[in-house]
Amino acid sequence: MSQVDIDQVVREELGNIAPDMDLDDIDPQGDLREELDIDSMDFLNFVTALHQRLGVAAPELDYPKLMTMDGAIAYLKEKRA
Amino acid sequence: MPWEPIEKRRSDVERANLRDYDEAVQSFSWDKARLLLDGLPDGALNIAHEAVDRHVAHGSGDKLALRWLGRDGHVEDFSYDRLRRETNRFANVLRSLGIGKGNRVYSLLGRLPALYISVLGSLKNGSVFCPMFSAFGPEPIVSRMTIGEADVLVTTATLYKRKFAAVRDQVPGLRHVLIVDADGNPPEGTLDFTALMQEASDEFDIERTDLQDMALLHFTSGTTGKPKGAVHVHEAVVAHQVTGKFALDLHQDDIFWCTADPGWVTGTSYGIISPLTIGATLIVDQAEFDAERWYSILRDQKVTVWYTAPTAIRMLMKIGGEILKQYDLSALRFMASVGEPLNPEAVVWSQTVFGRPFHDNWWQTETGGIMIANYAAMDVVPGSMGKPLPGIDAGIVEHTGDGAREITRPGTIGELALRPGWPSMMRAYLHEEARYRKCFRDGWYLTGDLALRDAGGYFWFVGRADDVIKSAGHLIGPFEVESALMEHEAVAEVAVIGIPDEIAGEVVKAYVGLKAGYRPDDDLAKELLGHARKRLGPAVAPKQIAFRENLPKTRSGKIMRRLLKARELGLPEGDISTLESEER
Repeated sequence: MSQVDIDQVVREELGNIAPDMDLDDIDPQGDLREELDIDSMDFLNFVTALHQRLGVAAPELDYPKLMTMDGAIAYLKEKRA
Repeated sequence: MPWEPIEKRRSDVERANLRDYDEAVQSFSWDKARLLLDGLPDGALNIAHEAVDRHVAHGSGDKLALRWLGRDGHVEDFSYDRLRRETNRFANVLRSLGIGKGNRVYSLLGRLPALYISVLGSLKNGSVFCPMFSAFGPEPIVSRMTIGEADVLVTTATLYKRKFAAVRDQVPGLRHVLIVDADGNPPEGTLDFTALMQEASDEFDIERTDLQDMALLHFTSGTTGKPKGAVHVHEAVVAHQVTGKFALDLHQDDIFWCTADPGWVTGTSYGIISPLTIGATLIVDQAEFDAERWYSILRDQKVTVWYTAPTAIRMLMKIGGEILKQYDLSALRFMASVGEPLNPEAVVWSQTVFGRPFHDNWWQTETGGIMIANYAAMDVVPGSMGKPLPGIDAGIVEHTGDGAREITRPGTIGELALRPGWPSMMRAYLHEEARYRKCFRDGWYLTGDLALRDAGGYFWFVGRADDVIKSAGHLIGPFEVESALMEHEAVAEVAVIGIPDEIAGEVVKAYVGLKAGYRPDDDLAKELLGHARKRLGPAVAPKQIAFRENLPKTRSGKIMRRLLKARELGLPEGDISTLESEER
């Protein structure tokens, strides 16, 4: 899957969890929990969804790397490379 | 018993505030507990005076009261004297704005120093403080501010714009909004907290507050109706202090970290008041849960007593104990947990990886302080919430028509009940006399929790007696969620229940019946989720939405949440004789 696709999956899954937020308005390097007003349960659901869609099982200790939109995209790119 | 008790070491027992449980229960009296505080002249008592100023008067002004750890690595230290002066400034700010005794000061803040200063400064001014969780959306915010008749809101520019500016006209009685990060440029209609603080004097004569004067307002949720504002008074500090000594084994030389947010009662009673009244040092972390950050804080700050919640403990368990080898946590002496029952696996796990167990304890917004606990010097029976605190009379009762009767036979499930009269017991649900009265029967306060007491006197949580949802340790009223969803044009009927979740205990799930002409598809589910999030915020909004053609109802048209839940869990459906309209 290309980088564009990973971008798309991340945006779709964030959109599923916080459909009320406009992803174009957020700081891609900001903490998703702040930027999207999501809680830690939402974040865990996001990680689970990424696993299902992309087959990348992030160990818990890597969660902080997924805390921003840019961080999540970069992490997934690297893991799938 | 499937889990072996965890026996305490002699060294744990010798250092404990409460060394012999049975002896302490015998010798304890609330009058004696009052003597541990200084009080103010002529019988006055003020929580902030006991928490802050009296330590300065006793010569401990230079001692570290609160260390704030910013998300970005910034650290800010408050000695007891600095905390005294900053809280004096805030009290002066309030006074200069015409806010006085009994007026209501609300916060909508993350864990920032301004929050801690606002709480204690408001109490000095005789004002009533009501902390709100920053993950609430506009509707929970407006309902809480309206019920409690908010005079002042302290918040950040972002939270103000995102959650409150658009609904501010729904709280017409609100007089001032203070923005803590205005940076000289507060949004229109608000005031700059920092600028006001700089102008204010750091000396203040604490307003005279009596034992029974209202101090704190904490909202909680029932099955039906609006959130309930539990009223707590200045006398509560007697219980805040002594329960911290007994149940958290807090000593003056402790470095204490309570991970709860002051938006919930734990984060105020034990995240601010209790440790400060004892003269300990409080660690506050601005950031959200992050396992490595948390272990680093425990190590670097040499935390000795740690009070956290099952949701966090279960996340740490998932990560496993291996990583702990990198952290020297030898300073850590006592660990406690609250919010929902801590499963025995987690207690045993903690004993294995930390070399000491988490001590589960039980209390609720209404009780103001810990009521049942596992103690430093008492063996832990994993999965049990422990035994009642000295001064607390707890029982298991059954309902008898209009009354309640204690069940003394060990192992019998009934409603957990307490004999009222301890200092931190709520004095009212604000403006809700009938709902308040309903909590009491035959001299018992009924907690709404089902529990049992075993032959050894240990209490065990069984479940809720009502439909309230407990997610990540926080109570969520189904009615509040249902009301928000009903506002959507597509929704004909809705029922909200809690479904089991490995990490959070329960998560909120909504069953929705649609009006004619609407299709139950993914797009609509997303729209409803967004609708609920916008109004309720992430802490209250449902995490799952399921469509139904019809929800199960009684003859009188009441939706049977219990039945939905039993079916969701695959449990027996129980008495369905009142079921009139079946789920489809």
